[in-house]
Amino acid sequence: MHIVVTIKQVPDTSEVRIDPKTNTMVRGGVPSIVNPDDTHAIEEAVRLKERHGGRVTVLSMGPPQAIAALREAISYGADEAVLCSDRGFAAADTLATSYVLWAAIRKLDEEEPVDLVLAGKQAIDGDTGQVPPGVATRLGWPQLTYVRRILEFDPQARRIRVERLADGGIELLESRLPAVVTVGREINEPRYASLPNMLRAARYQPRIWDRKTLNLDETKIGLRGSPTIVSKVWAPPRRQRPPVIMLSHGDRDPDAVAADLLDRLIADGAFDWAPTPAPAAR
Amino acid sequence: MAGHAPAKTEQLPDFSDYRGVWVHIHQRDGVAAPVGWQLLGRAREMAEVLGCATGAVVVGHQVRHLADQAIHYGADVVYVVDAPVLALYRTQPWALAVSQVVQQYKPEIMLFGSTNDGRDLAGAVATILQTGLTADSTELSVDPETRILHASRPDFGGKLMSTILCKQHRPQMVTCRPGVFPAPQPDPTRQGRIVEVPFELDESEIPTKVLDFLPEEKKVDLSTAKVIVAGGRGMGGPEGFAMLRDVAEALGAALGASRVAVNAGWISYEHQVGQTGQTVRPKLYIACGISGQIQHQVGMQDADIIVAINRDPNAPIFKLATYGIVGDIFEIGPAIARRARELRARFAQQQPAAEGAREPAAASPSGSSTA
Ligand SMILES: Cc1cc2nc3c(=O)[nH]c(=O)nc-3n(C[C@H](O)[C@H](O)[C@H](O)COP(=O)(O)OP(=O)(O)OC[C@H]3O[C@@H](n4cnc5c(N)ncnc54)[C@H](O)[C@@H]3O)c2cc1C
Ligand SMILES: Nc1ncnc2c1ncn2[C@@H]1O[C@H](COP(=O)(O)O)[C@@H](O)[C@H]1O
Repeated sequence: MHIVVTIKQVPDTSEVRIDPKTNTMVRGGVPSIVNPDDTHAIEEAVRLKERHGGRVTVLSMGPPQAIAALREAISYGADEAVLCSDRGFAAADTLATSYVLWAAIRKLDEEEPVDLVLAGKQAIDGDTGQVPPGVATRLGWPQLTYVRRILEFDPQARRIRVERLADGGIELLESRLPAVVTVGREINEPRYASLPNMLRAARYQPRIWDRKTLNLDETKIGLRGSPTIVSKVWAPPRRQRPPVIMLSHGDRDPDAVAADLLDRLIADGAFDWAPTPAPAAR
Repeated sequence: MAGHAPAKTEQLPDFSDYRGVWVHIHQRDGVAAPVGWQLLGRAREMAEVLGCATGAVVVGHQVRHLADQAIHYGADVVYVVDAPVLALYRTQPWALAVSQVVQQYKPEIMLFGSTNDGRDLAGAVATILQTGLTADSTELSVDPETRILHASRPDFGGKLMSTILCKQHRPQMVTCRPGVFPAPQPDPTRQGRIVEVPFELDESEIPTKVLDFLPEEKKVDLSTAKVIVAGGRGMGGPEGFAMLRDVAEALGAALGASRVAVNAGWISYEHQVGQTGQTVRPKLYIACGISGQIQHQVGMQDADIIVAINRDPNAPIFKLATYGIVGDIFEIGPAIARRARELRARFAQQQPAAEGAREPAAASPSGSSTA
């Protein structure tokens, strides 16, 4: 049994500051973390391994410092890690990213057949959720996105059953393995790293694969392989609003303020239940 | 994430055989998701700029009636892919169906709603077509000269907008947030063309089966509410929200919340407004004990009237507000509820005939305020 978890190292966006003069992200001092949804994907993979035996491989595409994210995954119980890293992969959009991850998963599958790919439902830096569907479509494997629970996972029968957060409700889906499943924070509570795993992680060296190892088409990677480009980044202009009308500075009786407010709102036609113009405003 | 623009001017391929601005109309059980109609409104405006037709794609089984609706909402041509294997949403057959229509009829722009299903589908379709897909756009415009779509989306926690282009591939694909573009008024006299596209796929070739579907019990749809009363950290706890729910009920409003209130567990996530919650554009938004941080603002700044009730006269929300009240929500809130009930009772007496058809004063209309 072999599960691959794709993880992304991302800047902690809650810490991101914008330079108001240049409209650029101030990267200095922003900590890098494992994309939050991916920590749930790792946990789910480790739980499945504990039940079914086998191996969990974590996979990431990114610069060399993403090794830190892979080591963190090892400390949570993953067995092996692979980093796809190459200058040529820089500035990849979701199509170019899914191409590299697809090639790496195919290679891992040749080494030891993959039963399941687990991914986060979205990355907090790009917020797209497009990479896993890209990977699944390229592999020709079924994709089950926004899964909140894996009900049954049977590598022998090559069958999986999940609950998916669909538009307007919960879908109960059955599919065949191998499949690509994406998860978010609803699915589990990730564990803390154990001491032996932390020790192993500290020494762990992931394999590093570049475009040659993966035998990739140069026109499909990095910037060249990305159909989308960011043409500009800008600060949204604030909608021009008339200055605020202060009905109270904390100095009026609440009932008088409420009456004043409702008269104005009724005169503005805010409520279906009131005639306009309001009798009180006449 | 998208790549960064090279500075050089570049050769654009000849895309003259790609024409039209299309929208995928997502549906379940023959009922269209509102975001499809919202996008059709914007698609129509862009098609006018480009001088081309507006298209709609409807996938499913026995969904012909949606084609007529799509025309009423602004489609010139509706492509219907109707087959029993397409009855329930499943990624693989639907992605094949949409891709097939796109390859055959070649739109230059294709829009999807950025719901879970819409993202799931669009991600697969863009990969089949090997084209660019921009996620979660909130602003769309087209350049009539180059016919390039400028799709903008909030980035870095809503502090900045990024504009993303797809120059070298067609169609230019985008998922768009529900609730951002207003749905047009349907015009039942509008005429259009319906194209039925044949689709062949055997059930045995589809890897996934839908065993069951459990509809969400009480869907909180803030995106269509006319009046929203929202609470933040200033509500202090679940009791504060109980009070606010009463205010909402008295006003006939839906209940919204800031992320702080949701994370604290005072109210469920479906009520969250903002960058990581819902985008709303009601007639009236009453922000109670909400400071008005940018991530909250991006979800509610398009409300026609904004009322801010806050103890702190320097809270940023006052910069955005139409009416401001500095005060304690625990005093102002109940006073508003009392006054609203008084007025509604009075109006009901004045116009018994008109009001007779409606609910009694305390009832909340659609966009219910219950959690
Ligand atoms: C990536 C990211 C995404 C985010 N997405 C969202 C999102 O979708 N939605 C969202 O809302 N936030 C979001 N946030 C969080 C956002 O930055 C703010 O932290 C949040 O909106 C603040 O909530 P608040 O206004 O309720 O709390 P606070 O900022 O703490 O404000 C509470 C206000 O209540 C007032 N108050 C206190 N007591 C009373 C009283 N008795 N009567 C009247 N007023 C009182 C205070 O004066 C204060 O102004 C996001 C943040 C990040 C980093
Ligand atoms: N560079 C990457 N390396 C590995 N996995 C990735 C990468 N980018 C995205 N993913 C996976 O795809 C998920 C969704 O990311 P995104 O589509 O970028 O929102 C993430 O949670 C990861 O599991």
